[in-house]
Amino acid sequence: MSAPALEARGLVRRFGGLLATDDVSFSVQPGARQALIGPNGAGKTTLINLLTGVVKPNEGAVLLQGEDVTMLSSNKRVRRGLARTFQINQLFPDLSPAESLGLAISERNQSGKDFWRVAGGKPIIVAEIEDLLTRFGLEASMDQPTRTLPYGKQRLLEIALALACKPKVLLLDEPAAGVPEEERHDILAALAALPADVAILLIEHDMDLVFNFATRISVLVAGHLLCEGEPDAIAKDERVRAVYLGEDAHG
Amino acid sequence: MLTILLDGIAYGMLLFVLSCGLSVTLGLMNFINLAHGAFAMVGGYVTALLMNRAGVPFLVTLPLAFLAPALIGIVLERTLYRRLYGASPLDQVLFTIGLVFMAMPAANYLLGDQPQQVHLPAWLSGRIEFHGVGIGVYRLFIIGVCGAIAAALQIFLVRTRFGARLRASVDDARVASGVGINVDFLFAITFAVGSGLAGLGGALAADVVGGIDPSFPLKFMVTFLIVVTIGGSNGILGALVGSLLLGILDVAGKYYVPSLGAFIIYFVMVVTLILRPQGLFARGDGR
Amino acid sequence: MSAVATLTNTARLKAHLQRRERWRWWEIAFWLAILAAVFAIPSRAGLINEILIAGLFALSLDLILGLTGIVSLGHAAFFGLGAYSAAILSSAGLADPTLGLVISALIAAALGLATAPLLLRGSDLTRLMVTMGIALMLGELANRNSWITGGADGLNISMAPVLGLFPIGFTGQRNAALYSLAVLFLLFLMARRLAQSPFGLSLSAVRENKLRAGALGISTSRRIIAIYAVSAAYAGVAGALLAQTTQIVSLDLFDFHRSADVMLMLIIGGAGYLYGGIIGAAIFIVMKDVISGATPEYWEFWIGALLVALVLIGRERISMHVRRTLGRLISGRSS
Repeated sequence: MSAPALEARGLVRRFGGLLATDDVSFSVQPGARQALIGPNGAGKTTLINLLTGVVKPNEGAVLLQGEDVTMLSSNKRVRRGLARTFQINQLFPDLSPAESLGLAISERNQSGKDFWRVAGGKPIIVAEIEDLLTRFGLEASMDQPTRTLPYGKQRLLEIALALACKPKVLLLDEPAAGVPEEERHDILAALAALPADVAILLIEHDMDLVFNFATRISVLVAGHLLCEGEPDAIAKDERVRAVYLGEDAHG
Repeated sequence: MLTILLDGIAYGMLLFVLSCGLSVTLGLMNFINLAHGAFAMVGGYVTALLMNRAGVPFLVTLPLAFLAPALIGIVLERTLYRRLYGASPLDQVLFTIGLVFMAMPAANYLLGDQPQQVHLPAWLSGRIEFHGVGIGVYRLFIIGVCGAIAAALQIFLVRTRFGARLRASVDDARVASGVGINVDFLFAITFAVGSGLAGLGGALAADVVGGIDPSFPLKFMVTFLIVVTIGGSNGILGALVGSLLLGILDVAGKYYVPSLGAFIIYFVMVVTLILRPQGLFARGDGR
Repeated sequence: MSAVATLTNTARLKAHLQRRERWRWWEIAFWLAILAAVFAIPSRAGLINEILIAGLFALSLDLILGLTGIVSLGHAAFFGLGAYSAAILSSAGLADPTLGLVISALIAAALGLATAPLLLRGSDLTRLMVTMGIALMLGELANRNSWITGGADGLNISMAPVLGLFPIGFTGQRNAALYSLAVLFLLFLMARRLAQSPFGLSLSAVRENKLRAGALGISTSRRIIAIYAVSAAYAGVAGALLAQTTQIVSLDLFDFHRSADVMLMLIIGGAGYLYGGIIGAAIFIVMKDVISGATPEYWEFWIGALLVALVLIGRERISMHVRRTLGRLISGRSS
């Protein structure tokens, strides 16, 4: 059995007196469709930051495809195959979707340090940009500044950008957050069409999305993992209902 | 050496009065006002001109040296400054540099480029001996007056309701206005008082720095910024400590190691910024 | 999607990605105009030289401010360092101008490399203060060490002919302007190339969203340090040109005034498209020349007023407006 795509071992993180992450261990298998849920303040953001390297743990380890990356800076983890989207869009307002994607692809190909050749000259990169644009329905506004795109399209670009890094593990932080009703379908379709070999960890509040998407669910409460399992089991679990699903009657 | 120390303290107190307005503006409105020195210049000119041209006694000019820049401050704040409260630091810097660039030639045009001297009254001149240590009377006067101002400010901030509202607004302006504090009014008054104090400081400093001339704002802009950098913008105490530290370092430095001169304080500023780049201006959030 | 539609998309994509590679007519006209001016108005060669040098200085600032989004109020540190390096080299016997330029550039770049790490943490305000502090420190050091810098009297500089062929100096003002133009143009070409390269694009990304740039695997710190060193080198070359062509260096090259002025020039001309520095320098210096003729000490007042107006109206709005108008001029269609 090969190593998990992403693994957390005994992660602990304190902020002053607050124990944000309390001995969290879990793993995400290659090709997984896993969701991380939990009430507000459960520590999901901190956990994501620990996994991506924005924050270093007080104790514990993060392993990416079996390799210990705990001390690695976040941009180096991206190069090792870990990409993420942000809950609030983090895009390049004045660059176009095409340029943004082109940048991600160049960086992945290590040509980001190339200061002489003109960006966008390589046909293979152009082809990949086009492919991503089409897959996410962004070709109509490919050359417009990102800030002119409607919010739903921006959210799609956010996902496309992470995918352009050709990650082995993709962390999606509330991809449907703030997306207007009529554009949600695009997001859901995009999620469903993500490559099968990429391990995906989805952080979401929207229970419809979670139960439609995930084959495995982890529940985080007050910084520690309450339980893990298949969607049916989680949905029926009394403790989970009490802590989380009870509050969240409307998703 | 004690003389040097006392001189440094006097200079530091002066810097405090000059800079505390800048400190509070930065802490309260997150606004970088590089034109602060221009208000100091106005105060200095008020005192110098009233004394030299109208024969007004030194002490009498001081309240006016406070009022004139305070009034100018209110007007500018209401008309121009408030439009830039949300602007980027670069915009604020450019704007206030622009104001300074306007203020200096204006002063030159109106008053010429020769330094206006403030001639201290006889009872403030000279030195006194205290246990074998000589100290200028004026230096003592400065320490006394500025110390009193510092104490008054501290009491005001801590003991009055206005002070409490001010502190609340510094902490979080949005929340403060949410609970009904008139933040706008607070900003205006604070800016006015800060500018007024700068003017008063300018008047007091005139003798120490050899007179007031049109280049004053630019010359001292850097000094004020260093004070605010080192002392932080979180309150009177910080500004006071920063000013004293700077005053002593500068005076001592120029005396003991003249080949380095002002290098020392610039160096200290850079080092401070390296060690605490965020702790000085942001309260947890780095803008 | 139909085959025709995909073809159009690909073509559109390619055109978009490579849109800045082509030289626009106005760019060519711009450079030819400068060249023409040097020959057409030889009596003003000194002024043109001043504009070109200031333009190079402003271009160096554009690389960090316009392209990468790093603010600096102390860029004069590199300008002054470059100038004094060239001056000292010359008075030490190394009279070849181009070699002097290269060495000055390297010295300035070294300072840039050393100080860049200080800019990585903290806010914009911190950066403004740190850069200002460093320039002041350097200025103060230069002030106090007159045995190197010649103090208030300055240094004696005499240069050999450029490339052994073209004398510059008091009698060769026109040559000096051509020399500066050649250097500026060469460095501009390199900067243009850099801005359009993947590296340059990554710098734009750092400017637009540093967090996201890091999340794409970009080591933002290293890129920032690299471009800061390049920018320092450019500023150093500008300073060296000043020393070599005017044969004067003075301590005020490190002054805050210089850093503020170059920032102004870039803002006036518009940051981010590489021409803004040169255009802004031209406007600034010509204005200074004209207004100084009329009311000597007060031109600073009008510059200040211009700055205040610019900020109040909004730099973004102005530069967007400028770009939109230029865009319409070039492509003939609106938007």
